[in-house]
Amino acid sequence: MSFDIDVTLQRGERVIACRFTAPAGITALVGPSGAGKSSVLEAIAGLLRPGAGRIVVGGTVLFDSAAGVNLPPERRMCGMVFQDLRLFPHRRVRDNLLYGHTLAPPERRFMSLEEAAAFLDIAPLLDRRPRTLSGGEAQRVAIGRALLSGPRFLLMDEPLTALDDTRREAIIAVIERIRAELALPILLVSHDRADVARLADQVVELGL
Amino acid sequence: MGMTAEEWGIVMLSLQVSLAAIAGALPVAFGLAWILARLRFPGKILLDGLVHLPLVLPPVVIGWLLLIAFAPEGPGGRLLAVFGVDVLFRWTGAAIAAAVMALPLMVRAIRLSLEAVDPRLEQAARTLGAGRWRTFTTITLPLAAPGVLAGAVLGFARSLGEFGATITFVSNIPEETRTLPLAIYAALQLPEGDSAVWRLALMAVALSLAALVASEALSRASGSGRGGHVL
Repeated sequence: MSFDIDVTLQRGERVIACRFTAPAGITALVGPSGAGKSSVLEAIAGLLRPGAGRIVVGGTVLFDSAAGVNLPPERRMCGMVFQDLRLFPHRRVRDNLLYGHTLAPPERRFMSLEEAAAFLDIAPLLDRRPRTLSGGEAQRVAIGRALLSGPRFLLMDEPLTALDDTRREAIIAVIERIRAELALPILLVSHDRADVARLADQVVELGL
Repeated sequence: MGMTAEEWGIVMLSLQVSLAAIAGALPVAFGLAWILARLRFPGKILLDGLVHLPLVLPPVVIGWLLLIAFAPEGPGGRLLAVFGVDVLFRWTGAAIAAAVMALPLMVRAIRLSLEAVDPRLEQAARTLGAGRWRTFTTITLPLAAPGVLAGAVLGFARSLGEFGATITFVSNIPEETRTLPLAIYAALQLPEGDSAVWRLALMAVALSLAALVASEALSRASGSGRGGHVL
């Protein structure tokens, strides 16, 4: 399982060129703000169409401008944890968690709702509305929602910002357990060098 | 002051016409609202203007245009003749007039609620494995529901009050096209019509208030205060 990315993205006036390969494990995408780190994640998730290039994850071609391949987001099997979380406000935590789970074919699911709730310590939150959650709780629910959709890899956009130190430690522990116990490749965007040094197996620099 | 059987008949006809108008106009209004809220295309301003025409044109002009369109030789008349339907001077014609007049109000309410749905939530649904249609039915529609409901009630209230386009298009025929406002107008022409005018006018007030209160209650129940209020 590896990432093999080579894309150019047009964002307004700016052209973002990004090219890297990364083996399994945790890969950190770092760079100054405005470098287009989030845009690269969105392109891999299929939410942003690159001008040209190729996106291959674990041998599956998700996008290839030369071959005319462009899988829609729902067929890319990626677990995206957005920086702004994007929990569905009209659904309880339980139904947020189950949203992708019920859509995934059974053979792709690798954990149940109960397992995910225990893994992330969110069992007491299941009947709550997203707007009543604290930042750390909402972050764990967003990670759980992505894991339950049976993804082949995870994309995490700044999963550690806007959290106090205790919450941070809890999320870092979760990410390390995802690597150790679930063996899911993770591509995460971060601007914090200390976090990157601690978590990442390899680092990709995106310049301005 | 008791209502006569004839007056109850007028109320029932008004409800029938308005409900039919909303049932027909709601899908059209939703489609137009979605196009105006979500798509960008040349001529969008023109479509927007056309949708809003019934709001600014004299209703008599709308009625006259409907008369031309649904005359036996008109495009609408020919189409309906295929299905063996005749709308001229019938209650169905009154429903068409009410639907056309209510359309802009419904489109405006629904469009606002669709524009308030965060597209980033729809993106999140897509990454979780939902296709376009499922994303629409599970995310977009439930989040826009209070506004759609408000639009329907607003359109219903507008239909109950429809006068100018109706009387021009399908005339003022007892038990067929004589809805509440037309009945009030007819009663006003009669020297002894005063008490009937009072009763019918109070009924109109009661129905409109009930519609608005119902909309408010429904929107509270469905959205726990997530926008889309009429009052």
